[in-house]
Amino acid sequence: MIELADGAVAIAGRPVLRQIDLTVRSGEFVTLLGPNGSGKSTLVRALTGLRPLSRGSLTLFGTPFESFRDWHRLGFVPQRSSAASGVPASVAEVVASGRLTRRRLLRPPSRADRAAVAAALDLVGLASRARDSVATLSGGQQQRVLIARALAGEPDLFFLDEPTAGVDLPNQHALAEALAALSRSGSTIVLVTHELGPLAPLVDRTVVLRDGRLVYDGPPLAVDDAHGHHHPPHGRHDHHPGVVAPMDRTPDPHHEDVTW
Amino acid sequence: MIELLGYPFMQRALLAAFVTGLAAPVIGTYLVQRRLALLGDGLGHVAVTGVALGLLTGIAPTWTAVVVAILGAIAIEVIRERGHTSGDLALALLFYGGLAGGVLITGLAGKSAATLQSYLFGSITSISLTDIWFTLGLALVILVLGLGLLPQLFTVAQDQDFARVAGLNVRAYNLLVAVLAAVTVTIAMRTVGLLLVSALMIVPVAASQQLARSFRATIVGAVVVGAGSGVGGLLVSAYLSVNHDLTVAPGATIVLLALACFVATWPIGMVYRRRARMRTPFPAGEPEAHEVCGEHDHQHGPDCGHVAVPHGDHVDYVHDGHRHAVHGRHYDEH
Repeated sequence: MIELADGAVAIAGRPVLRQIDLTVRSGEFVTLLGPNGSGKSTLVRALTGLRPLSRGSLTLFGTPFESFRDWHRLGFVPQRSSAASGVPASVAEVVASGRLTRRRLLRPPSRADRAAVAAALDLVGLASRARDSVATLSGGQQQRVLIARALAGEPDLFFLDEPTAGVDLPNQHALAEALAALSRSGSTIVLVTHELGPLAPLVDRTVVLRDGRLVYDGPPLAVDDAHGHHHPPHGRHDHHPGVVAPMDRTPDPHHEDVTW
Repeated sequence: MIELLGYPFMQRALLAAFVTGLAAPVIGTYLVQRRLALLGDGLGHVAVTGVALGLLTGIAPTWTAVVVAILGAIAIEVIRERGHTSGDLALALLFYGGLAGGVLITGLAGKSAATLQSYLFGSITSISLTDIWFTLGLALVILVLGLGLLPQLFTVAQDQDFARVAGLNVRAYNLLVAVLAAVTVTIAMRTVGLLLVSALMIVPVAASQQLARSFRATIVGAVVVGAGSGVGGLLVSAYLSVNHDLTVAPGATIVLLALACFVATWPIGMVYRRRARMRTPFPAGEPEAHEVCGEHDHQHGPDCGHVAVPHGDHVDYVHDGHRHAVHGRHYDEH
């Protein structure tokens, strides 16, 4: 699905990502974790072509990125706090813009287009709000609208950049359900996140970035279990439990840290 | 008044006001969506230089204005995309450069300020037949592109990153909107004048979005307000000029009528937004403690008159600063 070899990204001449080798296979659910400024978002922007690579090569679906044209196979949920803009837009309109990858210029939407929009809204549980203005939705609901927009194009490969940032727990659960359904249907998902929360059980593989370099790539780290906060583990407990740097996680037997 | 409508100059003026009012808000909606409401104003100032160049060289000022405004639009897009110069600073540079250049060149051409004034404030009643064809043609281009490419232009203005990953040529669409805005400026130049051009693009959108919930409804509403105030403003100014012997500028009347639409819709929009805000669901999750509210004679229900706000799986009734949730036969404080 994705092959990035020796990828590097420089922003305004400063190297941000270095020596990234990443291969994502079909059907995988991969999370990119790491602290703020570690380059998670930059990596996703590089994988979607929003940031040019300063070296290395990127292949999507077996096609070198330079000649990649199958945009309808990609679904992208950018990091945004709001789905609103300067003019009112209805939920259905925002979601319908995700269908553009499959529509031709100057043609009205087909029946299939309408059905895909309705199905996407259904999956994120916002079918009843289709005609409302997005600006009247809560932050978590707007985030679900952005996911529905990516879903509407019926892509095989999803990139989600911090979809749960600032989203309350019930909305996170709604998001997790939508992503679980996607994952079951065989979609490949690349998720950038700060904290997994209800998404944790879905993850097949975790990639950890630190300071622009890949420091861990393997099975999910089982530290952040759902009950972590009720039965706090002893020892070190970062904001991103155990995930920032798995190598640092050597518990100190002589000293008990504050647990939160 | 009725016989006034029989004059060809009045018919031409009405037609020009109508199509300008139809086309300008379409592009204006995209500008407001990108929060570039003043772009039209900047282009209007740049077009002053274009008009002056026409006066200097003897080419029809309408054509030179179109060319210079399009060049200005491209310049703004490039500055916005390239530089870290903020959009409003780029606009300011064009405002002053365009206006100063225009005044300077008009002087060099040996024309009086009065000549320039007919472009600055419009001279709708002196529109020639050639100008009408020019206006109709360009308005048609704006309507076809602005409405035909609505899904693409909407997506690009809504979320550039998403649009790029969807394979849209974001730069081309941005440029298209800027160029169409420049074209709009020149066709509205004769109707309301270069200094009020932007008003005809923006004010109808501001009025329409008070009531609209969707983008399409905003565009349709803006077009109705634009075309309505175009024709209405012209008729009002003609009526006042003829029957009451007042000097009423048509351009200013058109803009003020559009503003009146905004003033009329704004309070309705305020009430509507306030109601929507009151009914926004509370974040789900039960309160820590189970607190039963005291004596409560009132029976809450769908028609009880209190604001009912969804809260998780139930409804809270809001009154006097409390949130009451039905729990068995009593109410809980939430």
